[in-house]
Amino acid sequence: MADTLSTLAYLVASVLFILALRGLSHPETSRQGNLFGMIGMAIAIAATLLKPGMSAGGIVLVIAGLAIGGAIGTVVAQRIQMTALPQLVAAFHSLVGMAAVFVAAAAFYAPESFGIGVPGNIKAASLIEMSLGLAIGAITFSGSVIAFLKLAGRMSGAPIIFNGQHKLNAALGVLLLVLIIAFVATGSPLLFWLIAILSFALGFLLIIPIGGADMPVVVSMLNSYSGWAAAGIGFTIGNLLLIVTGALVGASGAILSYIMCKGMNRSIINVLLGGFGSDSGAAAAGGGAADRAPVKAGSPEDAAYIMKNAQKIIVVPGYGMAVAQAQQVVREMADLLKKEGAEVSYAIHPVAGRMPGHMNVLLAEANVPYDEVHELEEINPEFAEADVAYVIGANDVTNPAAKTDKSSAIYGMPILDVERAKTVFFVKRGMASGYAGVENELFFRPNTMMLFGDAKKVTQEIVQALQR
Amino acid sequence: MTPSQIANEAAALSDRAALLAEQARQLAEQAAPMAAAANPFLMLLAIFLMACFVGYYVVWGVTPALHSPLMGLTNAISSVIVVGAILATGLSDSIAAKVFGFLAVTLAAVNIAGGFMVTRRMLAMFKKKGG
Repeated sequence: MADTLSTLAYLVASVLFILALRGLSHPETSRQGNLFGMIGMAIAIAATLLKPGMSAGGIVLVIAGLAIGGAIGTVVAQRIQMTALPQLVAAFHSLVGMAAVFVAAAAFYAPESFGIGVPGNIKAASLIEMSLGLAIGAITFSGSVIAFLKLAGRMSGAPIIFNGQHKLNAALGVLLLVLIIAFVATGSPLLFWLIAILSFALGFLLIIPIGGADMPVVVSMLNSYSGWAAAGIGFTIGNLLLIVTGALVGASGAILSYIMCKGMNRSIINVLLGGFGSDSGAAAAGGGAADRAPVKAGSPEDAAYIMKNAQKIIVVPGYGMAVAQAQQVVREMADLLKKEGAEVSYAIHPVAGRMPGHMNVLLAEANVPYDEVHELEEINPEFAEADVAYVIGANDVTNPAAKTDKSSAIYGMPILDVERAKTVFFVKRGMASGYAGVENELFFRPNTMMLFGDAKKVTQEIVQALQR
Repeated sequence: MTPSQIANEAAALSDRAALLAEQARQLAEQAAPMAAAANPFLMLLAIFLMACFVGYYVVWGVTPALHSPLMGLTNAISSVIVVGAILATGLSDSIAAKVFGFLAVTLAAVNIAGGFMVTRRMLAMFKKKGG
């Protein structure tokens, strides 16, 4: 395919990618959006394979790679459990990062294929773009691997902090800049690989101090990085499609990071510096509880009785629901309550779960209709009219201290106003604080009843009591 | 017409020609930045910035309920980097470039298939009341 034709095909693919994102503005159009994305990708790959000068051996190699990778990706995507989605996405980001590193390396060893010079004598501008694509790709790779290990529980979610951490990172950042300048001046292969190694180290060091519950921000940010890496490679090889797509993905990840940070009322810098919630929260909670009114604990039967007589019930799911895999039984409970004539809806905090929109996917998986699931701004006024708020696996996002206590670590964070409901049920294993290490004063309110135990087990017992 | 008149007119003409040449030079100077706009890098940079804006507005239009599928989809399309990998594998004679290209094609393909599939699985679960 001549260059003009392939460029046109790339333009069509870019437009299809934009339409794909546009489709996600509503669940009804979203499936079509995903289809647009697939068609765009197919066009891009076909147009590239049909370019003049492609060697037969090369095409065979490409098709083999597509087949092997495609088969692996298909199997993984079909087998993965929805609760494991955050770590899957992190793992996928790492692959994009590594692919960017490999493409940068390929461009470095065969610059003539991309018209940016000959080996050993590559244009300076291309070397700048190449080193940026390489560095961002490598940081995305190692950062995503750490995010994956933390999300999958193969590494402790606790922040890893040591003295002089930020100084070390800053020094490595400066060193990276120096290496890039030297690389652009000399074009030396040794410097190319030093940049790669240093960037891998930097990605690793940047993510280890960030705690498990801040992973939604990290995953969004790495999503953004993977886009910028693609754009960097796009500039290196002068490809319009890579640049457009990279910009789209980069913008998307940046917006998601922003939404997540706003949901916690923290700056992105604060999240990235890490160490949040590393003070042992359990001790603080224990100390405070002593001088408070005792908490009121109830049994699942009590909860079933109260909910049976309720008109309006709002379920507030959090990460705990995902961990206990309780979404299915929550939906069963809601079905029974609807039969009793109650209105059941769900309230989702922007940072609930371990990735943006995590709770929505889990509820959808449990066959909860999406029009019963509401965002914070939408549902907050309704708590005042609710008879019951059923908080399952969420804590910090319901803590009224965020509105009143200026000294609290979560002050200013938007919260779900569950305390306005007539009765609040908290399904929790024990009295421990949430991620922020802040005690939730709601536990001690007269209209709160604690339901101690595993989220799934407690809800199952409520279901049994409702069926009686 | 006397020879001196001819000489005068010729002098006047040459003055005007010099003036025109000066104007042409100034015009050319003004046109130089426009010629630079045809510079491929600046064109790509312009496309990049436009795409950032398009991305910004389109992504704000995505409903928060679909933020997980959004990550799945962006993850799949960012693997468009496969285009660079295919070019490296197919166009070059260098063994190193072929090996790196092949590895990149394979990794990106995992992501393309996995990203679109998992997004499709997620989206298939979003149903309306009574649907």
